[in-house]
Amino acid sequence: MTIGLGHYLAVAATLFTIGILGIFLNRKNIIVILMSIELILLAVNINLVAFSTFLGDIVGQVFALLVLTVAAAEAAIGLAVLVVYFRNRGSIAVEDVNLMKG
Amino acid sequence: MILPALFFYLFAGVCVASAVMVIVSRNPVHSVLYLILAFVNASGLFVLMGAEFLGMMLIVVYVGAVAVLFLFVIMMLDVDFTELREGFIEYLPIGLVIGGIFLAELLLVAGGWVMNPDTAKSITAAIPANLSNTEALGLVLYTKYIHYFQIAGMVLLVAMIGAIVLTLRHKAKVKRQDINVQNARTPELAMAVRKVASGQGLQDTDAAEWVK
Repeated sequence: MTIGLGHYLAVAATLFTIGILGIFLNRKNIIVILMSIELILLAVNINLVAFSTFLGDIVGQVFALLVLTVAAAEAAIGLAVLVVYFRNRGSIAVEDVNLMKG
Repeated sequence: MILPALFFYLFAGVCVASAVMVIVSRNPVHSVLYLILAFVNASGLFVLMGAEFLGMMLIVVYVGAVAVLFLFVIMMLDVDFTELREGFIEYLPIGLVIGGIFLAELLLVAGGWVMNPDTAKSITAAIPANLSNTEALGLVLYTKYIHYFQIAGMVLLVAMIGAIVLTLRHKAKVKRQDINVQNARTPELAMAVRKVASGQGLQDTDAAEWVK
């Protein structure tokens, strides 16, 4: 009953799928969409660290650290954009974000 | 030998269950709290794998900063969240289909995947056995990957400035301190000596000029 690489990859794949599902289920609620993106990035980090540990190469953990940095920056910018959007529109319904008609 | 497996299943199970609760719970505040639970358990998984530094970093960065940021924004915005949940059932089938396709693809990739035997030879920086995880990570991060480290710092700096620039606003009616105007003030500008006629007081026109 040893825990191998495959177990960690399975957890990461499940988390990734839950993140994708969350983006589809909460189409109107951008806050939960941002949380789903955080879940996806967490799954990526679990993959990187799992491969790093089981291959005995520490570079994977360096990459996981960089992904962590980008995830934090993304959350901060995303929430800032959300606050500005709320100030302009008075709601955060992302379905009618078509001001530019692009 | 059974204990690590037990803890793996505990952390993995709670992590996946709370991730599900993140996307299905009705109240976004509950979603954030479940997100915190998911991250704490993922950090447990990291510690199980021997990446203690990243595990602690996950708690510091996510639970300490990002989750609080989410909570702050959710509680600050005055939004009717029940309205935003409309269409949840409507999107469930397509979401399940696409999620199922993703999971099937991932399982297919993972199922038919074997490690190249040459992989072990191409390791960039082997994990030293006699050092702690933090020391080993620092020895690589500050030498071989110093540029990546600095670029990560720049990313954070740009994100910080961007968030401030996006959310900062100057209200027109709020009086602000202007240091230059204050420093440029001289007694001639600030004071006026008037001869006030006895019994008449200061005239209105004079007063208006004086205030200016």
